[in-house]
Amino acid sequence: MPEILRAVGATERWLMVVIAVICLGLSLATDTFLTLVNLFDLLNYSAVNLIFAAGLLVVLIAGGIDISFAAAASVVQYLAVTILMQIGGGNWAIGLLLAGLIGFGLGAINAALIHHFRLVSIVVTIATFNLFFGLLMFFTGGVSIYALPGWLSRRIILFEHETASGWAEITLPVLVMVVMLAATWFMLRRLNFGRQLFAMGDNPEGARRLGINLGAMHYLAYGWLGLCAGIAGLMQVHYAREVVPNALYGRELEVLAAVVLGGARLGGGRGTLLGAVLGLALVSITQNGLNLLGVSPFAFRMIVGLIILIAISMSSETLRGLTEGLRRRRIREAQS
Amino acid sequence: MPEPDPQGASLLRLAHVSKRFGGVQALDDIAFDVRPGEVLCLAGENGCGKSTLIKVISGVHRPEPGAVMEWEGRDISGLTPAEARALGIQVIWQDLALFPEMSVAENIAFERNLGARPRLVNRKAMRAEAAAVLARLDVDLPLSMPVGRLSIANRQLVAIARALVAEARLVFMDEPTASLSQRETDALIAIVHRLSAQGIAVVFVSHRLKEVLEICTRVTVLRDGRLVGTYPTAGMTQARLTELMTGASFNYAPRPEARPAAPLLELRGLTRHGEYHDIDLTVAPGEIVGLTGRLGSGRTELALSLFGMTRPDAGTILWQGQPLRMRHNRDAIRMGIAYMSEDRLSLGLVQPQSIADNTVVTVLDRVLGRLGLISPARKSALVRDWLTQLRVKIGQPTDAVSTLSGGNQQRVVLAKWLATAPKLLILDSPTVGVDVGARAGIFAIVDELARQGLAILLISDEAPEVFFNADRILHMREGRLIEEFIPARSTLAELEEAVHA
Repeated sequence: MPEILRAVGATERWLMVVIAVICLGLSLATDTFLTLVNLFDLLNYSAVNLIFAAGLLVVLIAGGIDISFAAAASVVQYLAVTILMQIGGGNWAIGLLLAGLIGFGLGAINAALIHHFRLVSIVVTIATFNLFFGLLMFFTGGVSIYALPGWLSRRIILFEHETASGWAEITLPVLVMVVMLAATWFMLRRLNFGRQLFAMGDNPEGARRLGINLGAMHYLAYGWLGLCAGIAGLMQVHYAREVVPNALYGRELEVLAAVVLGGARLGGGRGTLLGAVLGLALVSITQNGLNLLGVSPFAFRMIVGLIILIAISMSSETLRGLTEGLRRRRIREAQS
Repeated sequence: MPEPDPQGASLLRLAHVSKRFGGVQALDDIAFDVRPGEVLCLAGENGCGKSTLIKVISGVHRPEPGAVMEWEGRDISGLTPAEARALGIQVIWQDLALFPEMSVAENIAFERNLGARPRLVNRKAMRAEAAAVLARLDVDLPLSMPVGRLSIANRQLVAIARALVAEARLVFMDEPTASLSQRETDALIAIVHRLSAQGIAVVFVSHRLKEVLEICTRVTVLRDGRLVGTYPTAGMTQARLTELMTGASFNYAPRPEARPAAPLLELRGLTRHGEYHDIDLTVAPGEIVGLTGRLGSGRTELALSLFGMTRPDAGTILWQGQPLRMRHNRDAIRMGIAYMSEDRLSLGLVQPQSIADNTVVTVLDRVLGRLGLISPARKSALVRDWLTQLRVKIGQPTDAVSTLSGGNQQRVVLAKWLATAPKLLILDSPTVGVDVGARAGIFAIVDELARQGLAILLISDEAPEVFFNADRILHMREGRLIEEFIPARSTLAELEEAVHA
């Protein structure tokens, strides 16, 4: 095995193989998949979900779960765009800062409820999911915003290239996504806080006895996800060029499934950014491919659900479990 | 009781330390002192307050007002866990409190990752530090391997190494030998001496008397939350220590040899690969068969198969002479087999539910009234019967089980299973976490049940427990039954020798 692959976990290797097979199949089955235009569009579209995934990974590693981040992102979209319009539009830096701050604040609400009231994270975030989304729909009456600051309504294009099938572009969300992934990786792997998050997810009682500040770690994990969600929300506005209150509805489960698919353990202590990215890539590429193949959008979710089930049940640990069962049966048969 | 300590010769000195939890007096006016670099034993039966005392010393629990706590003569009352660690007080908990997904190196040097300020992780320095500490202990472990993949003994070494990284001056080891083989225990004892030679005081918590006498210079004995005394180990015998730990009233004799009866349960060559092998065993009505062996010897795995929870790969189970095949534990319950699990706190009881609900949960079909709904009258009659019969001390049957003491919780589990009218009762470590007084009560009930004709399989890793309460003792090791003891024809020392060898 090459050196570079040895550092990569079994789940990640397995996902790489599956993604490669799907890409190969799509390249042969369609003549649109393997074009720069399509691949760049896939990247632009997936940037938002990748930022969500990075944030959610942090919460899962810390031993929690969060259902509310997509609703929080919708709230951030509305608040941030409204405030930006009030101050005359601002620029992308002010926009990102504002979205990140509001998002962090919403995440901190989750952290406070979970840590100080000792509530179960899934219950708290189901509640705040409804609360955030309900408040948003109540105060906006479900009305979309189309009047956006200039820098949001005109896409910021970082790279473009004319091809036979049109212009291939890379836009701002991709750069922001790369920065957020790098920052998340740095925090998780290179900063003491990241190691404390892993420790808390791995053995909360052990972490407490070592004197890790579990309260601060909760704020860090849920706040980081809030920050990522806020920024992702703003980038979704940049991509869609409108603010629609239910545009992100349902995104939380899609991202959650992808991150878990990437090897993050529900229960904490285990998970890699590479795995989360690959898990999300698998889901996005599948969706993209189905779209290009002309499959009905109604069938998307069904097929994506099936792929997640198959990929999870085929993961290395499950395979080991199956072979153990077979071994047992063989021994029994050999003896009787 | 230690003398007042004006010269400050003690590293740590406690006096008048008490601790209550709700209605339970966990510690009552304890005095305790440790000298620099000594190896002291803290001895006592399960539930005597050893763990609570450690938690007080490590700042996890705060003692009741009036306690004296001094470190090198300075007052340290109101200690927090962080302050305790800063002083150099390290605890190696029985559950080790390690991070199983993380590497050996990171677990050992995790101290470097602590702190509320952002700091870069320096993996190279962590590895170097871990390697240096392991070298100091003269042990060799794979630094990059996740701790979850190590054996228990090696995990323990990781926990010890982590304590040393933190500049420990006083190390508590909570039952460190509970799941170790003799060879591993010897290696651990060598390390304890090594620490002591480096000036680190070690408080070794154990109820294995032989170890206590071998490695310590002094032993502090607790019983029922009270201090019995602190004694030099020179001149101390195992018998005397047993007496101190369990109380002077501890005067058991082995059960008289019973006449053989036709077996209720018979196992022939029962095997489940990787768990237990070739087990031949019989239990007759009215007989108490003890099954002992170290943690991980396959005792619990065997019990789970007898209760229909796992299926054996080979061999036969005969029940009243007929072959018995069970698909799941409902079959076992229907045949009249009851299993009281080792981990009763989480597996045997639904803690927040009432005592009454917990008692009838196994026999819901018998408390149904008209329309197939649960009849409150039948339910409370049944609950009343059993609670009186087992002498459970409770407030109201509607109180949550979590309000009861360990011994009374154990009786509720027993009531729950006896309500199914079993013929065979499997008791897996029935006195773990039960205090000394309540133990005798539980065994009195077990004895009475045997007299009524119940067949009982008593699983325990405490040799005295099986020795004084069983008719026959089977010794299990590495999944096999290796020998049989008849208490009436042998001695406790022989049994302990065999089990711990």
